Amino acid sequence: MTDRNMAKAARLKQRYAAEARFKLYGKLAIAAALSAVFFLLYTIFTAGYSAFWRTQIQSEVTLDANFLKVTPQSSNEELARANYLGLFRKNVVENNPDIKSRSERRDLIQMFSESAETDLRDLVLSDPSLLGTTQKLWFLASSPVDTIVKGAAPRDIEEERRVVSNLQLRLLDQWTAEGRVGSTFNINFFTRGDSRNPELAGLAGALAGSFWALLVCFVISFPMGIAAAIYLEEFAPKNRITEIIEVNINNLAAVPSIIFGLLGLAVILNFFGVPRSTPLAGGIVLSLMTLPTIIIACRAALKAVPPSIRQGALAMGASPMQVVLHHVLPLALPGTLTGTIIGLAQALGETAPLLMIGMFAFVVDIPTSPLESAAALPVQVYLWAESSERGFVELTAAAIMVILVFLVLMNLLAVIFRKKFERRW
Amino acid sequence: MSQKKNNGSLVTKINSSDVRVFYDQTEALHGVNLEIYENSVTALIGPSGCGKSTFLRCINRMNDVIEGCRITGKITLDNEDIYDKGLDVVQLREKVGMVFQKPNPFPKSIYDNIAYGPQIHGLAQNRQEMDEIVENSLKKAGLFEEVKDRLNSPGTGLSGGQQQRLCIARAIAVNPEVILMDEPCSALDPIATAKIEELIHELRQNYTIVIVTHSMQQAARVSQRTAFFHMGDLVEVGDTDDIFVRPEDKRTQDYITGRFG
Repeated sequence: MTDRNMAKAARLKQRYAAEARFKLYGKLAIAAALSAVFFLLYTIFTAGYSAFWRTQIQSEVTLDANFLKVTPQSSNEELARANYLGLFRKNVVENNPDIKSRSERRDLIQMFSESAETDLRDLVLSDPSLLGTTQKLWFLASSPVDTIVKGAAPRDIEEERRVVSNLQLRLLDQWTAEGRVGSTFNINFFTRGDSRNPELAGLAGALAGSFWALLVCFVISFPMGIAAAIYLEEFAPKNRITEIIEVNINNLAAVPSIIFGLLGLAVILNFFGVPRSTPLAGGIVLSLMTLPTIIIACRAALKAVPPSIRQGALAMGASPMQVVLHHVLPLALPGTLTGTIIGLAQALGETAPLLMIGMFAFVVDIPTSPLESAAALPVQVYLWAESSERGFVELTAAAIMVILVFLVLMNLLAVIFRKKFERRW
Repeated sequence: MSQKKNNGSLVTKINSSDVRVFYDQTEALHGVNLEIYENSVTALIGPSGCGKSTFLRCINRMNDVIEGCRITGKITLDNEDIYDKGLDVVQLREKVGMVFQKPNPFPKSIYDNIAYGPQIHGLAQNRQEMDEIVENSLKKAGLFEEVKDRLNSPGTGLSGGQQQRLCIARAIAVNPEVILMDEPCSALDPIATAKIEELIHELRQNYTIVIVTHSMQQAARVSQRTAFFHMGDLVEVGDTDDIFVRPEDKRTQDYITGRFG
């Protein structure tokens, strides 16, 4: 008797231990997942946050009207055409009279970004009366100087391996001591297109590209998805053919995205002749991927509308189409929209199909319509990650941060939609 | 089968002859011949699965939407075949309204619930006419006093009994000739049930009512005529008083005395 009781107690103890172990495994799995997310965010943030500010250097510039061969009365066109690059170089060289050799002067000038030329032009164009005066102005530092100031590139190594020369380093330290080196918010990152110079490269082109592509994607896939879902759910006879169609739609959602890219290349670009590299082509390809998501979400939402609503409307003498449009679809719309937003968020992060149809163009201008060549956000990340220049490292991380922000916002919107409009029967 | 007429004052509104309903290969109704008289309440009773709801849903062709459902025989409404190819089912349902087992107001405002039918059938020319229709329908359904201050609040926020009366008001808003009721009180408490029964009594003045019910007491209280269905057959039909007091068929007697069902 006692033997059996002891065996029973032992079994009980074993069961409790197994339960405790099981819970521990679950906690470990969650901890692993959370730490992976934390590590990812930490890496991206530490690598990317510095991209949001830029080093600038203060320099004195005499806006010499004779050198520019203009007067304050010159037309805007003449003012715009003047040689500001020459003027800037002349001023920088004159400010540092102890630097004599050609190569040293080149080093000196290369400490500044190329944007100095346009900065000066914009200044003169906005106020021609400044011609002939001497101004203390802040100019963007070139990317190598920027990386040294931010500590992103090592400075205490031999000159050949350093991103800046000994002279540039000496000047930088001297100017820092004089308080002529500062930092400014990197507005270029949000207002400019891509550039070969990291300090001038911005995400606006890719943002616009992604916007146009998603707009095209939405315009195509939303009405098509809803129409397909309504037909399949409300009108189609339940037979073998509709069953096959259903299975295929569900499978479509699981097709690797690169295959949609190939399809886009073969059919949309080569057969239909949609212009390459454009958000139009990208949006069409992305809509193929979003379509099954929307159809599945919309069908689930339609299915969730209780049959009693349909019967009530039918009994009132509504036609089948009126039943759907007046009663069922409005109730299914929140669920459909949630699915659509999630589908679009997926499309926003999609890279492979866009590479296939050439949406990795190096585009300086911001596209103003879906018919212009453009890059998309994830493709821009890919392009910058491929660049060898050190300044693009922080830009890559910053671009990833921007994508993450958009994804979080879109998913948040979907959650809010679901919470706000979800109906329980 | 006895189909008695009380001194000829009753007019046949609906007539069904040899109505058979098939779900795929199964025959659910085996040839029903039933006359339904104008401005009276006809109760369809019988155990579950006997075909009374199926028959009811034939009258406004709600069975059309069930896949695999096939109907033979003839049903006439005012001597017009309602399964005629030239007849529009939408117009039929304008004449034959329906109230379901579970109250199913649309998830819209009380006003919009009533206004929906008149709207799709174009019964109101302007907002004022619509307001009148809504008010009159709610009054006829005995709901107006309870909801007149919150016509714009959702119909789904009402109590179960109020929701069912809202559904009745919705059905009479299009001014039908016949109202079909499929166990309208089975989801309601006794007080709400009493209100609905009272309402049915009043509605009989203007409408022909066919009601399916599981409660024999209810059938006895509200109807003038009762039809007893069993296993897809119409067993017996007659004046309610006769059916409950002097049933002719053994099955009817067994059912109403509670021997089965």
